[in-house]
Amino acid sequence: MRRLSTPFIGLSAGMLLVAPWIINAAPYESTMGLVQKVFYFHFPSAILFLLAATICGIQSARFLFFKKPSADAWALAAAELGLLFGAMTLVTGPLWARKAWGVWWVWDPRLTSSLLLFLIFAAYLILRKYGGPGSDKLAAGMALFGMGNVPFIYVSVNVWRTLHPMTSVVPTLPTDMGIPLWFCFAAFTMLFLALMNLRATLALQQARVEALYLAEDEA
Amino acid sequence: MMAGFFRVAWHVMRKDLTIEVRSREVLLTTLLFAVSVVLIFSFALVREGRAPDDVAAGILWVAISFSGTLAMGRTFERERYNDTLRALILAPADRPAIYAGKLLGVLILMVLVEVVLVPLVGLLFTAPILRYPGMLTALLVAGTLGFAAVGTLFAAMLVRVRSRDSLLPILLYPVTVPVMIAGVRGTAALFQAAPDEDMARFWIAGLLLWDSVFITLALWTFEPVMTE
Amino acid sequence: MNQLAVVDVARHYGRRKALSQISFTCQAGEIVGLLGPNGAGKSTLLNILATLLAPSRGSVQYGARSQAEGGAEIRAQIGMLGHDLFLYPELTARENLSFFSKLYGLADVPTVVATALAQAGLADRADDFVSGYSRGMRQRLALERALLHGPQLILLDEPFTGLDQSSTAALVARLQERQRAGCLIVLATHDLDVADGLLTRAIYLKNGRMVGSDTETRGLADRYRQALQ
Repeated sequence: MRRLSTPFIGLSAGMLLVAPWIINAAPYESTMGLVQKVFYFHFPSAILFLLAATICGIQSARFLFFKKPSADAWALAAAELGLLFGAMTLVTGPLWARKAWGVWWVWDPRLTSSLLLFLIFAAYLILRKYGGPGSDKLAAGMALFGMGNVPFIYVSVNVWRTLHPMTSVVPTLPTDMGIPLWFCFAAFTMLFLALMNLRATLALQQARVEALYLAEDEA
Repeated sequence: MMAGFFRVAWHVMRKDLTIEVRSREVLLTTLLFAVSVVLIFSFALVREGRAPDDVAAGILWVAISFSGTLAMGRTFERERYNDTLRALILAPADRPAIYAGKLLGVLILMVLVEVVLVPLVGLLFTAPILRYPGMLTALLVAGTLGFAAVGTLFAAMLVRVRSRDSLLPILLYPVTVPVMIAGVRGTAALFQAAPDEDMARFWIAGLLLWDSVFITLALWTFEPVMTE
Repeated sequence: MNQLAVVDVARHYGRRKALSQISFTCQAGEIVGLLGPNGAGKSTLLNILATLLAPSRGSVQYGARSQAEGGAEIRAQIGMLGHDLFLYPELTARENLSFFSKLYGLADVPTVVATALAQAGLADRADDFVSGYSRGMRQRLALERALLHGPQLILLDEPFTGLDQSSTAALVARLQERQRAGCLIVLATHDLDVADGLLTRAIYLKNGRMVGSDTETRGLADRYRQALQ
């Protein structure tokens, strides 16, 4: 998995470089016109944002209940990437919304809970930074509560009729819109996986350095 | 074993309430703080001597949330004082039972604060608090329970952390906003000019769902996070 | 529990080694002293023995059971007197003892409490708030609180701090009584004069490491100086 990081990043960079041409070739959506094309970036960011939250929650549970020390590195990596992809989602969304709905923001369930999830990631990272020793366990406890948000975000647009498009929209896209979408999705996903890997590996190696340092002057 | 759990929780709660009844410190400071929050909102929102309509629900729950955070911080500060939290963790008792006892103590304290707060908000913002006393009480108890469930866990987790006073709100608010939303929407549905009972019932059900999820999660995580 | 075995225990906080390579064994009926300057790791080791902290490496065996398995059963055999005494100042002595007795699930709470109060010599001040007690009185109460459930492993962190002559003598007497009853006592202290003659085993800690241990009974100050220099 580790050795794939470099090719993934290379491939992802290449794909993203090419993406604007592919997106340009996609047909215009009937009502929203050009701005709808933000969707090709917004949708993958949002899915990966939720994925990061799920990974963070699962790894936090493994760290806390099954006492797997390496799980903590993955939880931290997932939280940082969650912050990143969350920021991307929360920036691309309003850019689209302003043109499509006339407002930058609306307090519907999906947007509200997405913003909250973003704040939860921020709080998690602040706790890890300023919480002192033992804050890895405390942050893991907090992450579990944050993860409960995720299914709510996903399901909320289907339960409440709001301005935000429903999840059933995606599978029904015509092929010439489907291609750029899945292309971008693949690019973003590779980027996500590569960054996760690198960040978690960094954290694990830091732990190994600490262990070596500690072992250094033992008889 | 179940009997042991409730026994321990009961005794921890009784101990907390005994101390509180004697000094009344946390109760009074929390109450006064909640009242200040409500007053600040009144001054901020009043135009030409009248407060806007439909703000009562929001202000009530903001006051509960702010003052609740303070109360929970103070309750655990007491356990830090002579390191008694360590004695509780050291006891051969079920650790989640200690959490449950603390939660009940905080809940009772908050409900007492709300007994004063609700009439005050009703008075200052002309909200019809007596229209649906049963449902309003259900909303308040269910919402406060959800908020306190998470807050008690987080306050306990932060007891040995240096910046605990500023970290508690940062951690607590994003996680408990769903509870706040449900509380506000439900209360607003009861207070509005054409009250919507079904809406209020929907939100009460939602709150009970969140409460069960949060409390279950907190009971599971209390022991691992409190033991280093 | 007739034996306590500490096997290669270490405790790290990031890069800081609070404890490393601590190993010793002791038996019931011993009074073991953890001696060393401030920051040597005495409190950390006591917290590990109390199961409040998990060691980063190594293990502690309580009789036949290890810490990982034990849980509540092990805790039922441990009584700890911490540096901060573990008492609620807003409650009376009787209420403090009552609460902890009920928490431990002891039968016949009033009798247990009355016995403990008598042992501590506080029966006449039982209904006064602990906030009004002197340091010596609090210490006696805190010790009885730790002993309510008849633990076989008694851990004390700096118990002689701030005590006058008579309180110190009373504490020593109580510990020796417990020792005769077959308990294992581990105490951390810098008070070498009191410890001399009380301890059956001394363990010297410096910067988180064990720099010596012995089972002599006299001349503690000299042995301490030698081990720590």
